[in-house]
Amino acid sequence: MQHPRGSSSLLGALRAMVNAVATLWVVFVHAVRRRETQQYPEEKPRIAPRWRGRIILSRDPDGAERCVACYLCAVACPVDCIALQATEDPGGRRYPAFFRINFSRCIFCGFCEEACPTYAIQLTTDFEMCEYRRENLVYEKEHLLIDGQGKYPGYNFFRVAGVAVDGKARGEARNEAPPVDVRSLLP
Amino acid sequence: MSELVATLGLSVAVLAVVLTLAAMSIWLERRLLALWQDRYGPNRVGPFGLLQVVADAVKIFTKDDWTPPFADRVLFVVAPTLVVATTLMAFAVVPFAPGVVVSGLSLGLLFFIAMSALGVYSAIFAGWASNNKYALLGSLRASAQVISYEVFLGLSVLGVVVQAGSFNLTDIVEAQRGLWFVVPQFIGFVLFLMAGTVEAHRLPFDLPLAETELIAGYHTEYSGLKFGLFYVGEYLGMLLISAMTVTLFLGGWHGPWLPPLAWFAIKAFAVMVLFILMRAGLPRPRYDQLMAFGWKLMLPLSIVNLLITGAVVAWR
Repeated sequence: MQHPRGSSSLLGALRAMVNAVATLWVVFVHAVRRRETQQYPEEKPRIAPRWRGRIILSRDPDGAERCVACYLCAVACPVDCIALQATEDPGGRRYPAFFRINFSRCIFCGFCEEACPTYAIQLTTDFEMCEYRRENLVYEKEHLLIDGQGKYPGYNFFRVAGVAVDGKARGEARNEAPPVDVRSLLP
Repeated sequence: MSELVATLGLSVAVLAVVLTLAAMSIWLERRLLALWQDRYGPNRVGPFGLLQVVADAVKIFTKDDWTPPFADRVLFVVAPTLVVATTLMAFAVVPFAPGVVVSGLSLGLLFFIAMSALGVYSAIFAGWASNNKYALLGSLRASAQVISYEVFLGLSVLGVVVQAGSFNLTDIVEAQRGLWFVVPQFIGFVLFLMAGTVEAHRLPFDLPLAETELIAGYHTEYSGLKFGLFYVGEYLGMLLISAMTVTLFLGGWHGPWLPPLAWFAIKAFAVMVLFILMRAGLPRPRYDQLMAFGWKLMLPLSIVNLLITGAVVAWR
């Protein structure tokens, strides 16, 4: 409906009106376009595999917990939503006595996953975790631990690391040379 | 006595239908805007989202109906009722079908113009009583814009009056039996549509409300039921302008095969769709552009249109 600045000429106004009608037609034609909306609960959106969703704790191929309770995830967490307590089993393997993530604080930044040296903590594609009660968003270890290996199948920290645990002495890990007697190297 | 009962019954029916339609047009507008923006719009509550209006009404009824302590209480409450009352009054003279008119006033058209002009008091009172700078700016714009566009709202309609030879809306519709006035009075039709858009504060002429500039114009301090009244009033205004456009220019109830009431409804619906399309497509002009457009172009155009119409009618 505007006309060129400083002119109240009939021609300018007429041109503006023709423009307006053309605009209306362009908008009207949009009625038959494809809809952009995804009707969410019925129609699930496509989620990328690298999506940072609900956090899980995975297990190694032997079925044992991957987490060695090193606290790196808790340190990396910018909102301090991870709490855990380390303990050790009779075989000398460290594991968390409890592992708690407060998802009402979690910002799904994925820093814990990046900090984890054993691929234990992982972010998944699940984002549908609404609750009516805030307390229900505090996940304990039993809620976090899954039976599978998550994104990194076949990885077993204790089989590649030079730490002695029950059933594996030093030097028995994959690609690990047997331990050297340092005194034998002395000149 | 029976005539009185019939009029009463008709007016109650018109009130009920018009208010329901105003509420439904909120749904219609949201769905159509979504249609033209490649979305779906409200489609969850009830079939096609039709009950969204009910949900919104429940929400607005349960909201805190707050009157600011700095507001002028009486005017603050009166303002929203005024816009609804005047618009509903104007529906009294609209002939929906032969014989289906609440009041066959011989000066029906003038009554309509008077009522729509009174409606501006609602905006002025609301802005003044709110005691808020944005509200006051909105009401200043509303009064300036409605007063200037009121002038050629009347002038654009006069061409129709000259051709029909009557101010009675039923007579005007009857005069369109052969040819709708939109053909000989095309300039008047365009002018009336624009002036009507201004009257109803519809986009692109919603400068009194202008969310992007004035928060919500004279609505700013309103909440709850009083806001709901303004909201319904806006849609009532749109309905009224659509009905009047149909009556004055699109041949009213005239049309083949279908019953008169159906034709009226179809035509009014088409004009409503046009109003909503204008909201979807056109940007809001600057305020000075609006005024210049009104006084420098629309007013001369409507006077020329009236003169030519008068000359042609007198010459015959």
